[in-house]
Amino acid sequence: MNYFPDEVIEHVFDFVTSHKDRNAISLVCKSWYKIERYSRQRVFIGNCYATNPERLLRRFPCLKSLTLKGKPHFADFNLVPHEWGGFVQPWIEALARSRVGLEELRLKRMVVTDESLELLSRSFVNFKSLVLVSCEGFTTDGLASIAANCRHLRDLDLQENEIEDHRGQWLSCFPDTCTTLVTLNFACLEGETNLVALERLVARSPNLKSLKLNRAVPLDALARLMACAPQIVDLGVGSYENDPDSESYLKLKAAIKKCTSLRSLSGFLEAAPHCLSAFHPICHNLTSLNLSYAAEIHGSHLIKLIQHCKKLQRLWILDSIGDKGLEVVASTCKELQELRVFPSDLLGGGNTAVTEEGLVAISAGCPKLHSILYFCQQMTNAALVTVAKNCPNFIRFRLCILEPNKPDHVTSQPLDEGFGAIVKACKSLRRLSLSGLLTDQVFLYIGMYANQLEMLSIAFAGDTDKGMLYVLNGCKKMKKLEIRDSPFGDTALLADVSKYETMRSLWMSSCEVTLSGCKRLAEKAPWLNVEIINESDNNRMEQNGHEGRQKVDKLYLYRTVVGTRMDAPPFVWIL
Amino acid sequence: MEKVGDYDELVNLKATELRLGLPGTEEETVPCGKSNKRALPDDTEKEIESTGKTETASPPKAQIVGWPPVRSYRKNSIQTKKNESEGQGNYVKVSMDGAPYLRKIDLTVYKKYPELMKSLENMFKFSVGEYSEREGYKGSDFVPTYEDKDGDWMLVGDVPWEMFVSSCKRLRIMKGSEVKGLGCGV
Repeated sequence: MNYFPDEVIEHVFDFVTSHKDRNAISLVCKSWYKIERYSRQRVFIGNCYATNPERLLRRFPCLKSLTLKGKPHFADFNLVPHEWGGFVQPWIEALARSRVGLEELRLKRMVVTDESLELLSRSFVNFKSLVLVSCEGFTTDGLASIAANCRHLRDLDLQENEIEDHRGQWLSCFPDTCTTLVTLNFACLEGETNLVALERLVARSPNLKSLKLNRAVPLDALARLMACAPQIVDLGVGSYENDPDSESYLKLKAAIKKCTSLRSLSGFLEAAPHCLSAFHPICHNLTSLNLSYAAEIHGSHLIKLIQHCKKLQRLWILDSIGDKGLEVVASTCKELQELRVFPSDLLGGGNTAVTEEGLVAISAGCPKLHSILYFCQQMTNAALVTVAKNCPNFIRFRLCILEPNKPDHVTSQPLDEGFGAIVKACKSLRRLSLSGLLTDQVFLYIGMYANQLEMLSIAFAGDTDKGMLYVLNGCKKMKKLEIRDSPFGDTALLADVSKYETMRSLWMSSCEVTLSGCKRLAEKAPWLNVEIINESDNNRMEQNGHEGRQKVDKLYLYRTVVGTRMDAPPFVWIL
Repeated sequence: MEKVGDYDELVNLKATELRLGLPGTEEETVPCGKSNKRALPDDTEKEIESTGKTETASPPKAQIVGWPPVRSYRKNSIQTKKNESEGQGNYVKVSMDGAPYLRKIDLTVYKKYPELMKSLENMFKFSVGEYSEREGYKGSDFVPTYEDKDGDWMLVGDVPWEMFVSSCKRLRIMKGSEVKGLGCGV
């Protein structure tokens, strides 16, 4: 390759798009590093505190698309206080100052303010795509600035964010000249929606492929929207109730029939199940169905809908579907690749739920299954062994038995053997979440067999430090390890400090690690940020007589090239 | 399969184990998951005796923070739905064939069927016929029906009031030609 001019090499690099591959390319030699960094357009930063905006811009001045992730995963479950960090403002400020031609920004678990959105909307002439997932800190006023100022906006995709709804007219802020929308997802907004503005916007967006509505969009509006967007590929229905004989329902049925490109359906946030039959004509085209927010759709109406969806590849559903419902899925959806079954009753009522039978049925009926998230009441080792045999192709296997520490409900044994079978059979497994009664044995299996494992979530599991050590020693590709309420302590934490340089982050909460253990780790590894999150006063930890031995409530450590962050709140102590 | 026990001899982890307490004292191993966790602030247990629940309620479980691992956004969404159907009043939607929009009423406000009927009649300006177990509602074009937990449409008035309130998901006042077909299974 030394014989080729740089432009040729750059052209070859254009075909390499995955971040992993581009990172590898940049390590080959200085010349390739240089060519790669100037040609890199899409950058992914899995932990916003691992680097900073200045370094990003120095290395990749031609950046067009940036993906940033902020808070650790367990923040999703209220384990991280809101003010912990993950602010996007400094990033946007730096990008704006540098005049880089930013076109796309994708954020996950970050704090976004209206000020940030306004700055974003004004600073980048070619800005096209904003995707916010599980973010917070902004209101519909921020959305209004995006709508008003981004002339070439293509995607506005808001997924499961906490947005303060000021019931403003953000939708009317899209100028009449804006005709470039491809994605519009505002399903997570709780307030009223200006239906007239919405309909006009959809009518003048011929490229609109993905439209996800919020609760405040009723069925008659849906009918009109679908009538002017028959090209729609991905639809999120808001409110879905009306009289099945009404004119708007008949209009809806007619409009649906014309949507021959529709492949993905979601929403039904408020639904009258008997109207679902309107969608039956297009079900045979659906590859993705997300009914996980449709609490009112269950029983025979749900089953009838699913029976029409023979091409389904992705299904997100509530556990009210039951084992019998999952059997129908297993016999109908032979193309199924991803299944998520969410709990409908968080207090563990136990009436309408799924068990190991549903999981086994799915594994038997759907040979292409590679990703599963399954919340259930009970599990057995035998079932997991069967699942492993039926589906050795799992990439993601996340099982959550609702009651912590629950053993195999038939044999009363821990579920070590069942999960062991999974990791042994699934050689491509990249992500695993454990639950139920588990001893150190399961971790021995994971360390031995889960060679490709990148992310592991542990809760209420294990007996001694050995468990954690098996994982740290065995899983060479581990990137993210998150542990809660398990008896792992300083010995495991400190056994191999250099391991953390190969990982993105480690989270340990309500475990046995002590303050002195964490301090020792921080001393040994200055390239790590070791954060102690203590909602009780941190200073008290020092003053206590048993200073070193005090257990740390929450530990979050991550590799970084920029040292201690300056924006940590008082309850976060960075050692 | 290598057994966990063999490893013990090589690495005396117990001796180097760091824990609270003076050396020489044995700490009783407490299985993880015991509920000494802070309770989730707004996830307080709903009243066990909600209106007319027929199944036996499970004893209140101690709330563990962040468990089950469901995103707060999703949890809030389910909680809102639950609040709408339990606890603070039992509001159900009422639709009437031909009406441009639906209404909502709180079933817990009424003690028996005639009260509910009168309220509906006032709200939608119609009158329902006379109820008999054998023939349903006679003497009117309007018939009150409700959707139960299984998703089936039932005639209002057949079951005891409490059972009705606990299983009613929504109301629909049917009218006209559909009414005639009620006996043949709508």
